[in-house]
Amino acid sequence: MIEVKNVSKQFGKLQILKDISLTLSKGECVAMIGPNGCGKTTLIKTILGMVIPTKGDTFFEGKSIQNEYAYRNKIGYMPQIGRYPDNMTIGQIIQMMKDIRSDHDNLDEQLYINFKLGGLLEKKMRTLSGGTTQKVSAILAFLFNPDVLILDEPTAGLDPVASEILKEKISSEKAKGKLILITSHLLSELDDMITQIVFMQDGNISFHKGIQELLDETGEQKISKAIAHYLKQTQHV
Amino acid sequence: MFKITKIVLLDILKSKFVLFYTLLLFVMSWSVFNLEDNYAKGILSLLNLILLTIPLVSIMFSTSYLYNSSEFVELLLGQPLKRSRIWISFYAGLSLALTLAFLVGTGIPVLIYAFSTVGIMMIVIGVLITIVFISLAMLCSILTRDKAKGIGLSIVLWLFFALLFDGIVLFLLFQLSDYPIEKMMIGVSALNPIDLSRILILLHLDQSALMGYSGAIFKDFFGTTSGMIVSLSALCAWAIAPFLISLKRFNKKDL
Repeated sequence: MIEVKNVSKQFGKLQILKDISLTLSKGECVAMIGPNGCGKTTLIKTILGMVIPTKGDTFFEGKSIQNEYAYRNKIGYMPQIGRYPDNMTIGQIIQMMKDIRSDHDNLDEQLYINFKLGGLLEKKMRTLSGGTTQKVSAILAFLFNPDVLILDEPTAGLDPVASEILKEKISSEKAKGKLILITSHLLSELDDMITQIVFMQDGNISFHKGIQELLDETGEQKISKAIAHYLKQTQHV
Repeated sequence: MFKITKIVLLDILKSKFVLFYTLLLFVMSWSVFNLEDNYAKGILSLLNLILLTIPLVSIMFSTSYLYNSSEFVELLLGQPLKRSRIWISFYAGLSLALTLAFLVGTGIPVLIYAFSTVGIMMIVIGVLITIVFISLAMLCSILTRDKAKGIGLSIVLWLFFALLFDGIVLFLLFQLSDYPIEKMMIGVSALNPIDLSRILILLHLDQSALMGYSGAIFKDFFGTTSGMIVSLSALCAWAIAPFLISLKRFNKKDL
């Protein structure tokens, strides 16, 4: 569904992405992990067309995304830190997004109901806590029933209850056969839903494997241990 | 197309700053017309006040607004929207909001106290100058990622156009006073939107007599319809060119 082909990105002298190729297909739940500053967010942003790669191209359903924008109708994106116009209320933001996106037929307001934001609709974005802002971002990402969900650190800043609601939502969307791409530091949080892991380091993809494959190769039971094992292995070689 | 413009416009109109700016303009215009019994004098005093405040407010407010909206721009870029459309909407939203503030703050008093060709000319020029400096602000904010640098750049631009430019022109005039440079001065004045506006208004007030021989040459050029069209187009070019450069850069920008 999404194909990243030989993408490199350079900011000044700093090379963030080094010739990355990645294929993500429908129905997968891909976790993208790696140390801070390894290029996860940059890679996500190239897929969204927010960062324009120095070299290479990205294809969405077989079509290049260069100078395209309509494909983003099929993507729901939840940024790491969502900031919104200070003077707008939650209700206005949601209404604005509905105005911008034309597909109103099958709105998915489940998260909105579960997060119980109904009473906060009149609150201005400026007055919201980080967690509530994250909730708004999550609601917006899921609202239009997109085929692809890109979630950048979705559970960071959410309280355990909200984080549980979100995880359930992600699982149920995954069951519908959507492609879900998540970046996260906290692996244990995701253990039960991800099907593939992309491990990034210094702008390279160290590996891109299915969970089962990874567990079998390393002989471990838990994903976090398997990754630690894998890293030790590669360092010794 | 108009959805985002509307959002930006409403967002700005809700901020207290625009209200304050409108009030400031209103108090300024109203008091100037009440101090002077002759409306032409009033226009002249108001002109000097306006040519300092409008550029300053337009460029500073727009630059800081654009920096503060960077996350909002990012949010919009994740949506199925064309990049250029987002940037154009911000330009339109800022221009509409500040133009509205100017029309209410200065436009109404001018129409009440000095309803004349010069009055209307002044309103048109006020609107143009507002847009010119918003356009420059858009360029400033796209040239650097750093908010402090961007705002610094916008202050420098304002200082240059409002104060330094005149100093340089004066210096050149004295240095080259032996040569017939009056005609060249017309071309030089087109390089500064503030000067251009000032000359346009002054020449409609018959104050050009104060400007000596250059004034006569200016009157010859700017006083005619074709001269006015040329100078108004120059102002329009100032309103569009910096914006187009910023648009081109925005389309390639990483966010």
